[in-house]
Amino acid sequence: MPDTSHAALARVVRDHAGRLAAALTHLTGDFATAEDLVQDAVLAALQHWPVEGIPERPDAWLFTVAKRRGLDLLRREDTYRTKLAQLQWPVRPSPDDRLRLIFICCHPALPQPARIALTLRVVCGLTTAQIARAFLVPETTVAQRITRAKRKITGARIPYRMPDPDELGVRLTEVLAVIYLLFNEGYLSTAGHAESRDLVDDAEWLANLLHQLMPTEPEVTGLLALIRLHRARTAGRFDLDGGLVLLPHQDRSLWDRQAIADAAALLSRTALQHKPGPYQLQAAIVACHAEAERWEDTDWEQIVLLYDMLLHMAPSPVTRMHRAIAVRYTAGPRHAMTELDGLADRLDGYHLYHATRAELLRALGRPEQAQAADRRALELTANPAERAVLQHRITWP
Amino acid sequence: MKYVLLFVDTEQFTADLQAMGPVERERAYARVAEWMATHRDKIRGGNRLQAPDTATTVRLDRGDPVIVDGPFVEGKEVVSGYTEIEVADLDEALRMVATWPGCPVVEIRPLEP
Repeated sequence: MPDTSHAALARVVRDHAGRLAAALTHLTGDFATAEDLVQDAVLAALQHWPVEGIPERPDAWLFTVAKRRGLDLLRREDTYRTKLAQLQWPVRPSPDDRLRLIFICCHPALPQPARIALTLRVVCGLTTAQIARAFLVPETTVAQRITRAKRKITGARIPYRMPDPDELGVRLTEVLAVIYLLFNEGYLSTAGHAESRDLVDDAEWLANLLHQLMPTEPEVTGLLALIRLHRARTAGRFDLDGGLVLLPHQDRSLWDRQAIADAAALLSRTALQHKPGPYQLQAAIVACHAEAERWEDTDWEQIVLLYDMLLHMAPSPVTRMHRAIAVRYTAGPRHAMTELDGLADRLDGYHLYHATRAELLRALGRPEQAQAADRRALELTANPAERAVLQHRITWP
Repeated sequence: MKYVLLFVDTEQFTADLQAMGPVERERAYARVAEWMATHRDKIRGGNRLQAPDTATTVRLDRGDPVIVDGPFVEGKEVVSGYTEIEVADLDEALRMVATWPGCPVVEIRPLEP
């Protein structure tokens, strides 16, 4: 009996649903309807497969259901119906069709939450309910976002095509932002129970798909390497009780050294193109941490240098804060504190700013101020794992 | 596919335009005229609107028609003109608007087919 667990089903659906959506959109020219048919097929699969087992050709199964449903649904729409009736298995979308699908889902004329929901549903084959659970929002909210986005795609005629060469850079940045957001959402959430969707896995899958389709885009490779470098260390991030373990205290023997080496090699090959970008730089910083045998071996000089390059390309107060953390180990906590003080008005509402201050204050021998900063951080975060760490520090300074 | 481009002036834009000398203003108008000429084959009509203080709004949802002086939304950003265009899709409209040399805000609204 093949594996019909939740995760296994999700993987099979993901491998085929987006392909089918791309092929149907290509053949009929109607994104919204194609998307509906695929979603219906996905829902049917999640109903039948746990009972009947995953079919030998899941792609053919999904195709047949989508086609039958389409012929049923579109009785009065003659042109569409004719096209659909002529469709024969197997349908193979060209690589460009899958790219077009990704680009339409992440179109800048759509609001960002809709881009995320559409990408998950259309490209990864998630159901509306799965998306709602992953983001802890009501299912009706996700459904409305998708309906509205599809209405806009049809109504305002957002085209199903590749961006022109001169707009590709900007459009690709939007796609990468969606994948990065997904990754972050999954990485920060610690509700790792079996029923909840592993968004980190979806983000890696999407980044890898994009990398297969656009192998020479250095920032795509950079994002893929970044995600893999983080994932390779997942086993060290939590203790046996599910508590968050901060980087200095992680058991590095739990890290997946092979995966780290592979991702670092991928990043090095891309660096040969000499087209650095924010994702490649972030990945390079994470690689510095991941490749250090022990916390004491971390190459902080290199990390500060990489942060300088990153700030040059993409200035942001949060990046400056991370640079200040590295400066603590190259120039000492007093210097780091000075840099951090300069960010007070920009980052006062950000819990990690106060948590970072607390660590520096502790290093500077000011435990009471450190406690106050930790308390402020605690007020600002709802993440249970982070709260536990802060609570512990306040109780046992 | 037809769209209407709604041109929106901001307070800052209006002030900047007023602060310009005649030569500078002439040059600003010339840039807009040049844009219109470049896209002539896609433009189906349109016009500049008079200032919002010339507008009159009529409300019909409160019993008898209520006549009010001014535009229907009072705000710092006001519609100052419109152009109807015919292009392949939203991306083409977006590309066109990206080089618009006039007011700082443009709304692209598709027309009913």
